[in-house]
Amino acid sequence: MTNGYSESIIEVAGLPIQVRRGGDGPTVLVLHHETGNPGWLEFHNALSARRDVILPTLPGWDGTERGDWMRSVRDIAAVCALLLDELGVADVTVVGLGFGGYVAAEMATANQSRLDRLVLVNAMGLQPEDGDIRDQFLEAHADYVKSCFADPANFTALYGEEVSTEQLVAWDANREMTARTAWKPFLYSQTLPHLLRNVNTPTKVIRGSEDSVVPTTVANQFVELLGDAELIEINGGHHLESDAAESLAEAIVG
Amino acid sequence: MHLMYFTEQPMSAYDEHAAEEGVTALLFSNSNFDPVAGSQLYNDRLTEYKLAEEVGVDGIMLNEHHNAPFCMQAKCNIWASVLAGATERVKIVLLGNPLPLADNPIRLAEELAMIDMISGGRLVSGFVRGGGTEQLATGVNPAYNRERFEEAHDLIVEAWTRPGPFRWEGRHYQHRVVNPWALPMQQPHPRIWIPGVLSRETVVWAAKHRYPYIALNTTIEATKRIWQTYDDAAHEVGYDPGPENRGYLLRVHVADTTEKAMQNASQFMWMQGEFTGLAHPVWSNPAGYASPRNREALVEVMNGRRPPPRAQSFDNQIENMQIIAGTPDECIRKLRTILEETRPGILALWGNDGRVTHEDSMRCIELLGTEVMPALRDMGAELDLDGPFDSNPPVSIAYDETARARAASSAAASGD
Repeated sequence: MTNGYSESIIEVAGLPIQVRRGGDGPTVLVLHHETGNPGWLEFHNALSARRDVILPTLPGWDGTERGDWMRSVRDIAAVCALLLDELGVADVTVVGLGFGGYVAAEMATANQSRLDRLVLVNAMGLQPEDGDIRDQFLEAHADYVKSCFADPANFTALYGEEVSTEQLVAWDANREMTARTAWKPFLYSQTLPHLLRNVNTPTKVIRGSEDSVVPTTVANQFVELLGDAELIEINGGHHLESDAAESLAEAIVG
Repeated sequence: MHLMYFTEQPMSAYDEHAAEEGVTALLFSNSNFDPVAGSQLYNDRLTEYKLAEEVGVDGIMLNEHHNAPFCMQAKCNIWASVLAGATERVKIVLLGNPLPLADNPIRLAEELAMIDMISGGRLVSGFVRGGGTEQLATGVNPAYNRERFEEAHDLIVEAWTRPGPFRWEGRHYQHRVVNPWALPMQQPHPRIWIPGVLSRETVVWAAKHRYPYIALNTTIEATKRIWQTYDDAAHEVGYDPGPENRGYLLRVHVADTTEKAMQNASQFMWMQGEFTGLAHPVWSNPAGYASPRNREALVEVMNGRRPPPRAQSFDNQIENMQIIAGTPDECIRKLRTILEETRPGILALWGNDGRVTHEDSMRCIELLGTEVMPALRDMGAELDLDGPFDSNPPVSIAYDETARARAASSAAASGD
């Protein structure tokens, strides 16, 4: 155990999944953005004060082994569901951040029996009724990631004044994983809205007031489709877990 | 030697202030496109290609780009079809069809077979991965570019050579019935040449298939390194490559005076300056498109840590002979150095670009065909630079029994 969490490797579908886990209480699975897993942040600390937090690195992201066969977000969702089986946890709250929210929604459509709650934070996965999900392939990595933060200071706190080459390489490899799994349609599913109609797991749909990646209409669409969902807006950008760590953790737990 | 004429077919007929928008190629608005001027430019090109045949070039090289003001060919098979009917002798050399962009390689196989038959067996069917920007311009997943390239190639060759009907269940392509009625006239299939500029993997892939590799406007030193990589891979599969395996594309503008030639040749900078063309740092290498071993260098370029490549000045490019310009005699002298240093059996002369006028383009082609190319042929004979149509090697390693026997024997000796 270091810094309040432990690290382990759990094999799922032949892939070694890197898992960080810390805290006590009901289990919360946190799924990271498509830009990668920056590690155990203040947000995870705040959450783990009252919850058993499981933070996997999605396979293929941040230098972990990728499955060449894994070519859709639904494949990732299946891996995450099987990870919960391997960990033997039940009544799980699944928190999905951005792209992770897309994965979480896919998990819910496949099997809700293990889920206690769903929290979709600036979630992708639905075609926006108005606007488009930002096309990161047209801009440099650092520019895109900066745009995910409402407060540039939060970007700098995480990645420094000058982003390391190692981090740029990781973002590019993560961007490749995004292409491999969510290229077309780009970061949304055409079948998910139909399947979500039967999801009645209590859900919090959380939207950052300054999300520059996912149009605001998407949160409304999730609320309309899901059987038991409430909309919460928090001040901050797409990476709300950095822009508003405490208030996001509070919204999830409260 | 096989001597070709090439132009990128630039669309330079737009308001000169449009470039001030500050975006290039992919996002340069097509509201700047003028179809009336486009029609004129296409027909000028046709006149130029016909002149090229008339003055004796061996082949006309065609290519394809998308959302690109520097290249009006959105589909090289269209121009190949036009030339199949409008010319009588020249080889129609496609360098080439971007295979990953094809969702239906069978249809591509049919189109190419038709071009080959209509032209009376004059098609050279080059294949490319397509630039990174092409993937974005056509919505094709860059992360599967190489997989799609290799599988589409395998399927097309199979469709050309294996009697149908048969079934194809691949990773990217599934066809329950493969049985195209139209088949190429050339047997076992048209020659396949592979052009490229950067990717080591593609050089090795071409060499292992025994396909000629055409180095696109690389420096002399880079070209030599490409040949070393190619030769090593060729030896592994059992053959000794020669000039017939080596092609080179070079920008060469000829005019009656040095001054005129230099003035027109400076237009080659048009796509490297006003339009950065393929070299936009972010769009040219979308994630997953390039080899992972180049990732570090590429992200540093994309994020402004290193200058992008291909940014040499006109003077530098004249100096290192990436651009050759002058009177026929001046060009011939420099081209001798190129031939001696790089020993290609296939040479494509990229004559005109940017805003060079139709009149000057015609004169350049005339001088290339009547003065420069005859001298190059003499040099080629002197330097033993036979091209594939001189030495007639097998079209691929699959038809090179000697190489395959040597590779098998070598593998047996090493205990593999």
